[in-house]
Amino acid sequence: MSLLRTRELTGFYGDFQALFGIDFEISAGEVVSIIGSNGAGKSTFLRSLVGLNKVSEAMVEFDGKCVGGMAPYDIVKLGIALVPEGRRLFPSLTVEENLRLGGNPGRSGAWTLERIYDMFPILAERRKSPGTALSGGQQQMVAIGRALMSNPRLLLCDELSLGLAPLVIRDIYGSMPRILESGAAVVVVEQDIGQATRIADRVYCFQEGRVSLTGASSGLTREQISDAYFGSHH
Amino acid sequence: MINILDTIMQGLLLGGLYALFATGLSLAFGIMRFVNIAHGDFIVLGAFASLALIQWLPMHPLLTLLIVLPALAVMGYWAQRLVYNRTLGRDIMPPLLVTFGLSVMLQNGLLEMFSGDSRRLDAGDLTTASIDLGGGLAIGVFPLITLVIAIALLAGLQYLFSRTAIGRALRATSDDPEIVQLMAVDSRKVYGVAMAIASATVGLAGVILGMTKAFDPLLGPPQLLFAFEAVIIGGLGSLWGTLAGGMVLGVAQAVGFRFDPGWGILFGHLAFMAILLVKPQGLFPKTRD
Repeated sequence: MSLLRTRELTGFYGDFQALFGIDFEISAGEVVSIIGSNGAGKSTFLRSLVGLNKVSEAMVEFDGKCVGGMAPYDIVKLGIALVPEGRRLFPSLTVEENLRLGGNPGRSGAWTLERIYDMFPILAERRKSPGTALSGGQQQMVAIGRALMSNPRLLLCDELSLGLAPLVIRDIYGSMPRILESGAAVVVVEQDIGQATRIADRVYCFQEGRVSLTGASSGLTREQISDAYFGSHH
Repeated sequence: MINILDTIMQGLLLGGLYALFATGLSLAFGIMRFVNIAHGDFIVLGAFASLALIQWLPMHPLLTLLIVLPALAVMGYWAQRLVYNRTLGRDIMPPLLVTFGLSVMLQNGLLEMFSGDSRRLDAGDLTTASIDLGGGLAIGVFPLITLVIAIALLAGLQYLFSRTAIGRALRATSDDPEIVQLMAVDSRKVYGVAMAIASATVGLAGVILGMTKAFDPLLGPPQLLFAFEAVIIGGLGSLWGTLAGGMVLGVAQAVGFRFDPGWGILFGHLAFMAILLVKPQGLFPKTRD
């Protein structure tokens, strides 16, 4: 049985329709990548799953229950967490306060402040610094840690590698195995096809608000993905 | 020399009162970017609420705080949830228009109920007592108490914001009301809590105002102006800046008053203008990314 499933999910970005009937699913413990160019609707899709974009009830099913249209502050308590695009740390909170606030949903589980510091030791050193005083990569670690502090069953990551150097990206993705060990399923939105297929069991390609291709990472060729990414007429 | 010292001291003490006036305005703006035009009228409402309680059951004005503060806090919470939250958005006009309307309604409501007569909350000897510092220098006990209350209030708020979970939620909501929802925080409720706290400080300011000087239903707008000037001088959204702003305003008024009784208010406005020219972001602007 799938952990999360969407049916004919539609979504709007302002007055502009960004998603046209997305069917998507992910099982417990699975890693799924969503690939697509800017404006393909990837971020809008993730925002719809956590309630930041309004959808109708039956469009999102989590753990067998329809959760579409629920408020974001209730959805996170069910166990869906988002690492938002651009990290969005709280500037007036320290690193540690950002992380503690992430634990506010009050879900028990493997993730504690100590576990986060153990995974990203640099954050322990910078615990008293304002979250936004850190480097881009460190900020991304805080954003991931903050999402994990809610002990999610499903972790949604929006463009973790955005604006980061290749070495830093490797470090960030290096934390993935430990995240999976905790039992969470992970959705990774990526523009980098190589990264996306390397990390994920399955891949969805989004193009202009529709799923243009889906399948097991190992079963898809680079050409197929490239076509689904840019459109076959490029 | 004594005169100068005396003037500055009176001004600093007056600054305590203005800081009390300004705290609620500063909180609402700092957390929600919400400017309440009816702020001064709510202060006056606090004074009248205390007066009504005393008329019903004679007691010391300070005792009425036990009822006035919670009552205003509850009122503030629901005003935020039911009315103000609907006005917040990119456009800054709706909160201004709605609270301007509230201001007119409050003034006229109070006029209907209490007439336009000047009132005062009688606190007996407390408001007339003074401490002799020697050398012809004396300070009023009540202005001193007011300043102590203002400092204690700001210190308490500082503690609340920096050390408690609700303070953390308030700061995070102020930073990013959208993303904070992903931390299981309902930003609309947090705004309600913020306005409840701000309104309680407004009630406190009202009762202290009523004990300090005579008030009538139309005294709100000038109090809003003082509060507004203290907030701007101190730096928007900065708690301790609000105290500094109140003191700058108080000293300027005391100095003006020294020259001519009619110049006090004018000197306050001039100081405000001077700060705007020299340091438009205020003395202690809150740094934000």
